[in-house]
Amino acid sequence: MSMEHDDEHESGRTGTFGDYGGQYVPEALMPALQELEDAYERYVLENEDGFMDEFRERLRDFGGRPTPLQRADRLSERYDREIYLKREDLLHGGAHKLNNALGQVLLAKYMGKERIIAETGAGQHGTATAMAAAHLDMPCEIYMGRTDVNRQRPNVYRMRMNGADVNPVAAGSGTLKEAINETMRDWATTVERTHYVIGSVVGPHPFPKMVRDFQAVIGDETRTQIREQAGRLPDSVVACAGGGSNTMGTFHAFVPDDEVALHAVEAGGSSLEIDEDAGLAPNSATLSTGTDGVLHGAMTKLLQGTDGQIVESHSVSAGLDYAGVGPELSHLVETGRVVPATVDDEDALEGFHRLSRLEGIIPALESSHALGYLERAAGSAGETAGGQRPRDEDRGDLGDLVVVNVSGRGDKDLETVLEETETRDLEAAPDVEVFDG
Amino acid sequence: MTDAGRSTVGESDSDVEAAIREHHPALITYITAGDPSLADTKAYVEALDRGGADLIELGLPFSEPVAEGATIQAAINRALEAGTTPEGFFELVADLETEAPLLVMTYYNMILQYGAAPDVRPFVERAAEVGLSGIIVPDLPAEEADPLREACDDNGLDLVFIIAPTTEGERLDRIMSHVSGFAYVQARLGTTGARENVSGATHDSLARLSEYDVPKAVGFGVSEGDHAAEIIDAGADGVIVGSALVDIIAEHGPAGTETATRSDTPGDAAAALEAKAEELKRGARRGADTITDDHEKEPEPEQP
Repeated sequence: MSMEHDDEHESGRTGTFGDYGGQYVPEALMPALQELEDAYERYVLENEDGFMDEFRERLRDFGGRPTPLQRADRLSERYDREIYLKREDLLHGGAHKLNNALGQVLLAKYMGKERIIAETGAGQHGTATAMAAAHLDMPCEIYMGRTDVNRQRPNVYRMRMNGADVNPVAAGSGTLKEAINETMRDWATTVERTHYVIGSVVGPHPFPKMVRDFQAVIGDETRTQIREQAGRLPDSVVACAGGGSNTMGTFHAFVPDDEVALHAVEAGGSSLEIDEDAGLAPNSATLSTGTDGVLHGAMTKLLQGTDGQIVESHSVSAGLDYAGVGPELSHLVETGRVVPATVDDEDALEGFHRLSRLEGIIPALESSHALGYLERAAGSAGETAGGQRPRDEDRGDLGDLVVVNVSGRGDKDLETVLEETETRDLEAAPDVEVFDG
Repeated sequence: MTDAGRSTVGESDSDVEAAIREHHPALITYITAGDPSLADTKAYVEALDRGGADLIELGLPFSEPVAEGATIQAAINRALEAGTTPEGFFELVADLETEAPLLVMTYYNMILQYGAAPDVRPFVERAAEVGLSGIIVPDLPAEEADPLREACDDNGLDLVFIIAPTTEGERLDRIMSHVSGFAYVQARLGTTGARENVSGATHDSLARLSEYDVPKAVGFGVSEGDHAAEIIDAGADGVIVGSALVDIIAEHGPAGTETATRSDTPGDAAAALEAKAEELKRGARRGADTITDDHEKEPEPEQP
């Protein structure tokens, strides 16, 4: 884990990234954030009591790290350049989420906390937290939006198998935003003995930095692996972005490498327009279309109406379906270091099927957005119905050596993909009718 | 008049602080603006004012109310469904004529977004213009409050801070040294919501805060006159009641949904709110009359 390039773009004692970040939380939580900040500095940054040694050992033995960096032969051929895939789908649990969950549950143990709570969207963070809590013998409760419970049923059962209690949250659209609200309410009640394992690089300081540091193992490994395998740093790194934990985890090691372009691919959903009357954004393109505001403890880019009400986001991928984004990503986009892009539901589904067919890897729908972007920016894709066609500047700026983070595997998404594929005419999809009967 | 021991903040020209001192022990009430409509809110605020509320907090609804329990979350949802906007809220306030000073309670993003670009000043200026006396922001800890505090100072508004059961040591000193209006003492950990008893944490907090010479009002879970009496007796200068009033509004339902079996008119809800305010104020007075000497605190101000 690289801490050596420590955050030139950060300043201020409350953990800000330029104008973004901070600690906008109820007073009752402030002492807990200070306690957490202290623990983060001692155990994570200074390896007190060998915390980081134990973390790395458990990531290896329990998590299966390092994950491979794999040359994608057929994608390389298709796009006429070198394409490498960082295989976070091969991490225990099937997504990058375990890196952070294991780190935070272990930290909670070092801090003497007795109980773990977490929110989950797609269920990947919830399952990772449940696994980590079982592994480290901590009681665990997960809050999950009712809509997400319905569209991610296998994950609900996985959490329960690992001994976690799953609490459905019915408020609002029943997705990640409401799950975070409810988890914050639990934490405000139980803060003295409970640790809240936030699942992304969002929330009040120190969460955005701490989660990034636990996830930074992705980029640290990638940087070493690409040098060994390709002999140099990549021209570009591509990762999907919802809250942004796989994004920041992948990018962090490369932020000081000015020659490496960083592409954050958001969910374009079905449209990039906000319907303010309905309080709906049929997308989760916060970095690309959001405006500055405060949500869930941090100043960041948000999907909001002009009055400041947060709108309901949408994506075919539950894990990207969030109206906010990590404050550090907002800052890196604002300064131009990270380039945001959007891929709509349809192109993400094409990306899902294409990787499944060409490379024998079924990616998570979240990761499929990064793969959809690869097709647009590197490929010869013509016009499709999606309406979010490449801007000219998107084409060809990936360079000759590209790393795409495959943040998770798609087994959890099969039901959604079958439903969504049936209603569309997708080039890369198999004939799903054969699944009938 | 207040006693000499309160000189630090006693010299301020805050209407909020004056209301607490002059009407000691004070009743502070909260309802959500726009629940179920802004017109109903006007009737309810006037009823609370008649019933003896000394300060009235009006919630400006925000879609992500992380500090609220189920009761106020539901009220906020009703208000948002009724189309409550910041501008509609300000127009309501401009239209209200109450004895009790009015405060707005809302989340930080609502304040930031009121103007054309994210900035707290347009909201504060408009709040002052319509006659609001103070602002309470449940997701704005003291560490992040400088821009809003400056804007409030420039416009003669109080920015009221919440003291939680977990607020201790150097942070407590720092927050108590900047008290504006009153110190909002959170009675227990967790979210807002009516409870059946006064928590031990309330007594602990008031004992811990007794050395600070500022007006203290206790909220989170206060729902009955007897609670008010106990809290005032324990050393508070005021009680804050929200969810118990919001429950009354919810029970009566929106105007125009009158059924044969329920008398669902705003008038009835207003009458019930007025009666509840009277009960709470009586309770608070009872607590002040029976103040015991077994807690260490500064002498109470003279009671009329």
